Amino acid sequence: MSASTKKFVYGIFNDDEVVLNAIGSLRKKGLKVKDVISPFPIHGLDHELGLDRTRISICAFLYGMTGMSLALLMIWYMNIFDWPMDIGGKPSYAFYKNLPAFIPVTFESTVLCAAHGMVITFLLRSKLLPGVEPNVIHPRMADDHFVMAIQIKDDSEIANVEAQLKSAGAVEFINK
Amino acid sequence: MIAGVMMIIGLLAIIAQFATHHEQTWSNLLMNNFMFMGMALCATFFLAVQYVAEVGWSAVIKRPLEAMGQSLPVAGGIMIVIIALGGHHLYHWMDAELFDPKSPKYDEIIAGKSGFLNPTFFWIRVVAYFVIWTYFAKLFRKNSMLSDEGDGVGYWRKNRAAAAKFLVLFAVTESTMSWDFVMSVDTHWFSTLFAWYTFSGIFVTSIAALVFTVTYLKSKGYLQEVTEHHLHDIGKFMFAFSIFWTYLWFCQFMLIWYSNIPEEITYFMLRQDHYRGLWLASFFINFITPFVILMTRDAKRKLYLLMGMSIVVFIGHWIDTFVMIIPGSMITAGHHAAEGAAHVAEHGEAAISIGSIGLMEIGTTIGFIGLFMYLVQHYLSKSPLVAKNHPMMEESLHHAI
Repeated sequence: MSASTKKFVYGIFNDDEVVLNAIGSLRKKGLKVKDVISPFPIHGLDHELGLDRTRISICAFLYGMTGMSLALLMIWYMNIFDWPMDIGGKPSYAFYKNLPAFIPVTFESTVLCAAHGMVITFLLRSKLLPGVEPNVIHPRMADDHFVMAIQIKDDSEIANVEAQLKSAGAVEFINK
Repeated sequence: MIAGVMMIIGLLAIIAQFATHHEQTWSNLLMNNFMFMGMALCATFFLAVQYVAEVGWSAVIKRPLEAMGQSLPVAGGIMIVIIALGGHHLYHWMDAELFDPKSPKYDEIIAGKSGFLNPTFFWIRVVAYFVIWTYFAKLFRKNSMLSDEGDGVGYWRKNRAAAAKFLVLFAVTESTMSWDFVMSVDTHWFSTLFAWYTFSGIFVTSIAALVFTVTYLKSKGYLQEVTEHHLHDIGKFMFAFSIFWTYLWFCQFMLIWYSNIPEEITYFMLRQDHYRGLWLASFFINFITPFVILMTRDAKRKLYLLMGMSIVVFIGHWIDTFVMIIPGSMITAGHHAAEGAAHVAEHGEAAISIGSIGLMEIGTTIGFIGLFMYLVQHYLSKSPLVAKNHPMMEESLHHAI
């Protein structure tokens, strides 16, 4: 959300029901409601905002496949190729015949990579990684206030947007 | 109507098996009745979990669950008849000579299990199971029906208290039930994981039956309160517990395969040598199919896809139950038949009997499915499809995920 290219008016709300109902009514009046920032998940907010479904499950699949491939490669190299192991008293030395013994490690590695990959991706996308400067619009937006971001073309719109926000129940306004 | 035709097919198949002295008769009856009982039992279990966990979303699907549980007394009656008349064809340990040290058939391992596997204690347990399960299944339904007339919260609280007691009893009875009905078929062998493995199998079968009942009712224009959000949730249960079944199936197999101890590995040797196709098919149908097809969110929300998957899961677990019960019980049935014909003296140890899937087996299964469908329809038709005074009905109607 770079302030230099796009201009926003932020309406600060103090009730989740009010902010949820305000989205539809403000959009009807022609305001560009771009985002709502909330300290906790609001039921139905994604639907009201018309957000796309999260793509993190696709990431999870790719990370999981990576973890699985790495684990199988590692086990194949260690226990079959580099140092053939007699597993469970069955000296077949074949990868596919010993596969049951390798499943737990493969499973764990899949889960490890998928879980860590998802968390890191989420933190990156949410700009929450250590060292990243957080975009704090209002000091209480992670506490008990809700922020609604409305995009404007130029400063002449500010007065109108603030009036609309006020009628929809906003308690404070910030323009950046 | 369809259920009636299916029951007639089943009855004809069973009569034909008795008339032709089909070796697999009792095994087929036990296996199909076990699935039938498992579906009713786990429906009651799932219902009890909904009360104890104070679940809101499931309020609209409680009536189908209650109706499914009402099959328990019928399943119990059939089970007692099967074991009373055909127990010697199914359970090796029912031969009293095995416990007699003077007899040539004396079996030290089985004799060591006589504290648990003796007829008196066995029958006490079997009767206790069905009395307990039937009592709770009827109680949940009775309170739910009474709540339609009056105090929804009061009857819900009564059911919650009963459900907590039922869950404790279920944990014990389900474990011992799986040893009694299924594991003791392979009398010498035992697995400490078996109760969980059996539970995961019958639970996912039960969820498949629930999915089928709900989607069928919805496709026929009933139960319109069920939205795609509810379908998504029961679809998730079917998906998740298919994975859970795979986890336990693999746990049991992998540990035994790895340690390679003769007295344990015989169980899987028998299944790999003589039932390899079915044994592998149960794994692929019950794991790969739901895993791939039900993975996405959209798939769990499509009515006919879910209905189709419930049938696939049912077939998969039918095969799994077949592989659990038939190999062991057919050996007992084979011994029994050979002794009856006095073949042992001539041929020494009789060759082991191998189960197969033919028209008789499928016919028996169709009969049991028909019976289950008939009972579910019968009890569903006696009450409104939705419990209107359920305290969480509003939440369930507005359920959105």
